[in-house]
Amino acid sequence: MLKFALKRLLLAIPTLWAVLTIVFVLIRIVPGDPTIVILGDQASEQARADLREKLGLAKSIFSQYIDFMWQIAHGDLGRSLATNRPIMSDVLSVLPYTLELTLASLIVGTVIGVPLGVLAAEKRDGFADWFARVFSLAGLSFPAFVSGILLLIVFSLKLRWFPVISSANLVDPIERLRALVLPALNLGLLMVAYVTRVTRSGMLKALGEDYIRTARSKGLPSRIVVWRHAFRNALVPVVTVVGLYLGVLIGNAVLTEIVFNRPGIGKLIVTALNQRDYTLLQGLMVVTAFAVVLANILTDLTYGLVDPRVKTE
Amino acid sequence: MNAPLIVDGVTTSIRLDGQRHDVVRDISFQVAARETLALVGESGCGKSMTALSIMGLLPAGIASVSAGKIIVDGIDMVAADETVRESVRGNRIGMIFQEPMTSLNPVLPIGFQVGEALMQHQGLSRSAARAKALDLLEHVRIPSAARRLDDYPHQFSGGMRQRVMIALALACGPKVLIADEPTTALDVTIQRQVLALLADLQAREGLAVLLITHNLGVVASVADRVMVMYGGDVVESADVKDFFARPTHPYSVALLAAMPRIDATEGPQPIPGQVPSLDAMPSGCRFQSRCHLRQDVCSTLPPLKPVAGNPGHQVRCWMRGDT
Ligand SMILES: Nc1ncnc2c1ncn2[C@@H]1O[C@H](COP(=O)(O)OP(=O)(O)OP(=O)(O)O)[C@@H](O)[C@H]1O
Ligand SMILES: [Mg+2]
Repeated sequence: MLKFALKRLLLAIPTLWAVLTIVFVLIRIVPGDPTIVILGDQASEQARADLREKLGLAKSIFSQYIDFMWQIAHGDLGRSLATNRPIMSDVLSVLPYTLELTLASLIVGTVIGVPLGVLAAEKRDGFADWFARVFSLAGLSFPAFVSGILLLIVFSLKLRWFPVISSANLVDPIERLRALVLPALNLGLLMVAYVTRVTRSGMLKALGEDYIRTARSKGLPSRIVVWRHAFRNALVPVVTVVGLYLGVLIGNAVLTEIVFNRPGIGKLIVTALNQRDYTLLQGLMVVTAFAVVLANILTDLTYGLVDPRVKTE
Repeated sequence: MNAPLIVDGVTTSIRLDGQRHDVVRDISFQVAARETLALVGESGCGKSMTALSIMGLLPAGIASVSAGKIIVDGIDMVAADETVRESVRGNRIGMIFQEPMTSLNPVLPIGFQVGEALMQHQGLSRSAARAKALDLLEHVRIPSAARRLDDYPHQFSGGMRQRVMIALALACGPKVLIADEPTTALDVTIQRQVLALLADLQAREGLAVLLITHNLGVVASVADRVMVMYGGDVVESADVKDFFARPTHPYSVALLAAMPRIDATEGPQPIPGQVPSLDAMPSGCRFQSRCHLRQDVCSTLPPLKPVAGNPGHQVRCWMRGDT
């Protein structure tokens, strides 16, 4: 297992390198001269040259690339154009909020989605199955910001159970948790839709396999047949979807943070876009890319735990 | 003493598009301790359905036993509720399946899979079940079994997996073993080893074995009695010696002629025609559409009749057997 994990980590290096290169290229092929975009077309030639110098754009593209990689390798994301603060510390100060939101919705999504999918497969075409299918179809067709606004109207404005502005009081741990509930539900319920679907179809496939008949021929009660024998096998596609969904989750977190007015990476991205803060945007792209690659590594490592065939291949 | 396995007048039906079809029709037999009964017949004749009926493992919502009694080691499997059946399965009766490659769970270590029934039925702890699983794997002659307890099915060959399946089925020391084409998926030398192993274990533990196969060579070498099925009906049943000496039902004769033999003057003769599909089964004798002896009387189902005054040899044919 350790060898498998090490191998997987080593494999992540070329992936990261490729992703970083794409970020670097993307930022530089945005049409228009960045100095004009930032300073406006009335800016003097001198001001633009100064800015170019400051951004490192005066150097050759190759040495820009080397600088970029060198800085990242040292955990340095540069300074924000707008505020001149180190980007890394800005990111680190809001990262916990995005992490707690992502984690909480991941928990909501799996804790509700997995049992619902298992139940739907077990009682195929029964009430649970019908409910799961309607629910996941509804979930799949709702954009995150629409469901977020609906949740706000019902639970914050009408019922007044949760704060409208999630960032109102984040120091008191109870208040912070209360502020987390609706955004996490919003993201989590959308995820339930995906997780329920794959769990259901994975379970249906597993329950039809020969080894299930073997398990039943041992006289195991159906609870054990379902959870120990079928579910362990259905877990592989579930892990894949949860892993892939982490990427979607990061994207949806942006929308959710805006709707619920929460601090986080999403809010920071919007700020960077509004202020045309190129360096901050670049830094945020790097962080997000790291997060997605990390999520993929975790997914792969989980495979190794779930399916013994992965390790020996 | 009663036989460990008694099947009495069992009919198993499946529902397809709202229609009921009998895939096993009024079948009766017993298997005594130390005895091997071979169930033979073409693909689709209802052999597996018979086995699954006995195990109580028919696909839910599709197939069910609609008449008859099945007594396993004194317990009526048809009348019993599911908890009772669970306590019988894997405990008093074990089953080996045709496909060793897919019949073991790919994500659980084989030692655990073999010992699982012991934890279930005998309340053994995980470590005690593991120790017993090691014994069982050594019994079925898995080389260096101790090292392989924690291996997964994909690390075993087909023949080795079938040995694991045998260990798994015999873990709790059942009285009855059903082997549904246990060697069909294996190559010939491995086939012979697995059959020899089964015979050995049977002698040691006094098992009643129901062996399902369509290989008459296997029947000749390991079975005590044969039962031939066609379209869900038993068409002939006899001691192995009597069966090969005097095959009586036209279908049995055709089956034997279809078997390649070293000493034959002619090549094997395939049986002309095909098994009718479930919704096209003729009433009466189901073999009539392929039978060269067919008469008008064949449209009513013949009873099982003795052959040459021998009550142990029975045939279901109007044209054959004693009147
Ligand atoms: N799950 C199922 N759904 C519908 N029909 C089925 C199902 N399983 C079996 N049957 C039908 O029941 C009949 C008996 O099948 P069974 O599996 O008992 O045959 P078999 O004698 O074991 O054949 P084989 O030698 O191919 O294993 C066949 O006509 C088959 O088409
Ligand atoms: Mg079969």
